[in-house]
Amino acid sequence: MNLKTSILDYINDVKSGSFTVEEFTSTTIQRIKDVDDDVHAYLSLNESAIEDARIIDKKISVGEKVGACYGFPISIKDNICIAGSKTTCASKILENFVAPYTATVVDKLQNEDVVITGKTNLDEFAMGLTTEFSAYGPTKNPWNLKYVPGGSSGGSAASVAANECLASLGSDTGGSVRNPASFCSVVGLKPTYGLISRYGLISYANSIEQIGPVTKTVKDCGFLLNIIAGQDSNDDTTIDNVNSDYLSDIEQGIEGKKIGIIKEMTSEGLSPEVSDATKNAIQDFEKLGASCEEVSLPTIPYTVAAYYTITSTEAGSNLARYDNIRYGYDFDSEGYEYNSYISKSRTKFGPEVTRRIILGGFVPSAGHAGKYFLKALKVKSKLISEVNRAFEKYDFLISPTAPVQPFQFGEKIDDPVTLMLLDYNTVTANLTGKPAISVPYRVTGGLPIGMQIIGNSKSEKSLLQAAYALESKTELPEVPL
Amino acid sequence: MTKIGLEIHCQLTKLQSKLFCSCKANYREFQPNHNICPICMGLPGSLPRLNQKAVESATSIAMALSCETPEKIAFFRKNYFYPDLPKNFQITQLNVYGDMSIGGEGYVDVEGKKIKIRRIQLEEDPGRLIYEGESERTKITLVDYNRAGTPLVEIVTDPDFENPRQVRVFLNILSDLLENLGVSEPGLEGAMRADGNVSIEGGNKVEIKNIGSFHDLEKALHFEITRQKSLSERDIEIVQETRHWDDRRKITVSSRSKEEDQDYRYFLENDIPWVKIDQETMTSLQKNMPESISSKKERFVEKFNIAPQVADILASDKYYSDLFENAHSNSDAKDIANLITTDLMGFVDTKEKREESKLTSHHLSDLIAAINDKTLTRTSSKTALQEIVKSGKSVKELLTEMDLGQVSDSSEIESIIMQVFEDEKQAVIDAKENPETVNYLVGKVMQKTKGKADPTKTLELIKSKLN
Repeated sequence: MNLKTSILDYINDVKSGSFTVEEFTSTTIQRIKDVDDDVHAYLSLNESAIEDARIIDKKISVGEKVGACYGFPISIKDNICIAGSKTTCASKILENFVAPYTATVVDKLQNEDVVITGKTNLDEFAMGLTTEFSAYGPTKNPWNLKYVPGGSSGGSAASVAANECLASLGSDTGGSVRNPASFCSVVGLKPTYGLISRYGLISYANSIEQIGPVTKTVKDCGFLLNIIAGQDSNDDTTIDNVNSDYLSDIEQGIEGKKIGIIKEMTSEGLSPEVSDATKNAIQDFEKLGASCEEVSLPTIPYTVAAYYTITSTEAGSNLARYDNIRYGYDFDSEGYEYNSYISKSRTKFGPEVTRRIILGGFVPSAGHAGKYFLKALKVKSKLISEVNRAFEKYDFLISPTAPVQPFQFGEKIDDPVTLMLLDYNTVTANLTGKPAISVPYRVTGGLPIGMQIIGNSKSEKSLLQAAYALESKTELPEVPL
Repeated sequence: MTKIGLEIHCQLTKLQSKLFCSCKANYREFQPNHNICPICMGLPGSLPRLNQKAVESATSIAMALSCETPEKIAFFRKNYFYPDLPKNFQITQLNVYGDMSIGGEGYVDVEGKKIKIRRIQLEEDPGRLIYEGESERTKITLVDYNRAGTPLVEIVTDPDFENPRQVRVFLNILSDLLENLGVSEPGLEGAMRADGNVSIEGGNKVEIKNIGSFHDLEKALHFEITRQKSLSERDIEIVQETRHWDDRRKITVSSRSKEEDQDYRYFLENDIPWVKIDQETMTSLQKNMPESISSKKERFVEKFNIAPQVADILASDKYYSDLFENAHSNSDAKDIANLITTDLMGFVDTKEKREESKLTSHHLSDLIAAINDKTLTRTSSKTALQEIVKSGKSVKELLTEMDLGQVSDSSEIESIIMQVFEDEKQAVIDAKENPETVNYLVGKVMQKTKGKADPTKTLELIKSKLN
């Protein structure tokens, strides 16, 4: 039994009887016990995982219909609700929050007989790029425990990279799936806005965020996407994906495809290692039969400012409901009136969330909206038309996922602006609603580098073909943990 | 010149469910906090699901108020902290960035004056706060979220009213119109609320909130106009502000919280995609729109020759007009209309009485038939009607049970006339001298027969006896 297996190989092995679901699950749980004190990918574990596995084994043994997942272990970011278990958003303010409902994505996975290992760590309310802003302590990078795993879905990416599960679901508001996927050398997809239901995902910036799979291989990503994508009556923003099969024809290749190398994401601000890797990746794409050329998207330098303006505005509104009145944590109201009570109870938010709530109170306010929020919306719509124009000419747009490799804890946490620039290459896909994937490409100096491929709206099928082609050109070492 | 504008909130009480979830729109029958779900409680991870029927109902209101309706509408978040708001923002509409609300630029004809409807928007009602204790510094505030998320239509007028009386007429017209459309029951407690704003010549605009009923609104407007005029006479500036109606003292009081200064940080509610209202929907709404009150009135007058005042009463009230439409045939329409407006209205003048009433439109046509074939007098029909409202018995049953059948047998009437002549000797003498007083004697006969005597026959017989 090999915990490093892909989902697809796992399913074949279970089907052929090489091991039982229970055996694989308990080995996985043992692995979590062995390494998670160091990695801290998980915030809570599913106590009934073994039981869940046994039920699936039973189905297999009696020949009952088994769901497509055959009990492979998956972790879920702790901002996605599962009925009856805590969903904390890595925040003290939701320390005891137990949702009475299950997110559509989790529902779909459970219907296909998945085993959930537990809930993974994140930056508080998914605001951050290192998981250092988790109220329950940071997740460490399995490639080097002194380094950050990226964020905000750092726990999801680390749990997959450290073989503490076979896949995970994260959420991506400005790169929160792709950035940690890049830092931990796993595959991370941010799908087209609306492709995956957000029902049960605790909102941070609802106009641009999506749930996305984190997997070891591109094929696994397609497999998961087949299960979780599609219209949902519980989320009015979901779109019809006409039951696309993202796995079939995934090996088709990219011969003859046109690739635009985004100038603004590749010319400045890259570390030498990332820059070299990017050049290699371009050569690989050409060897695969695609033609690459540089394309300039002049609005990109303004996107990070626009991104933080829009997300802070939405966060300020989305997080307003945490007034500790209807749910939350124990806090006696004696001696407080309404206003003083909620302002006191809201001091439980951590520093980054507080910063964005304050920003979110300012940028859309009367007298300032014109200068900030409305301007940010203009940047967004200008960017959309620029990117749409680029897709008239190119099939894909590429860049490195992050401008730098993982860095050490504490290195950037006190410098919020530098930290924000880490999003520079990822926010464009969110602001435009386009799908983007991070593919593990290099491990240099013991630390991973991922490449980002952006596709046009609803082009996940061909996007995964391109990602698969690039993946097949790489040969990466195993995680040293 | 005095200028008054209104902001009316009307719940779409005829809808099955709330604006963004499947909880009941009719929250009134529930124990506190028993008509709630993760969506209307704004639990983290929940998302609003737009009730398309609410969009249709609101659009039909806009159409009925002659509004322009945009091709697509959007929702916005109005951000503020208040304990009755589970999300601490309200999902509503806004036209600042273009016309994106249900409708605007409409009007209502009030006694020949056009009152402009500036804007109509669809939004969610907040929960309800219940204060325990009478004092200002009440100790406990209870929150009931049953109402949170109820579909609410806000109707804003231009400041086109010149006096509180016009406001009252307008609100009556509007409330009849909403009821006639079948989208709301304005009579339900809290289903229709109105705030006003007042300014007098040369003065600033003052908004008045916290008004419990239309009756109070009229009082509040009167008070506010008087207050502003007396300030103005003494050359004191009228401050632009929001004032609250103090129901106990019957005055407006400057509100301490500066609501007008509050910054709601409006922005698009992206969880609800833009809603297209295509031509097809508009056509079908138009087609299914009930006949307007004014057109009903016209039809009643022209087709059935019903008096305009009677037609007006019938057409304005959906309860009466539905009864009328179902009861009448072309020949007895006028009689039925009169029966409703002269007799029935006295028996079912409140919502409770209407709900309890067992009367159906069949009763009305049967009653008129009985009167016309002289088995029942007009006077007895009133007694019968009262009994029908109570018991729902058929006219036929009542005729025998209550001994209401008309007495037209000459000998029977004659014997009663003899008795009356005996009792009323002076009246008989008077009648002989002055035939105009004969009605007194007819009245006495009717009294003795409890209204059952055929009045025409009685008169004939008395006249012949006198001669």
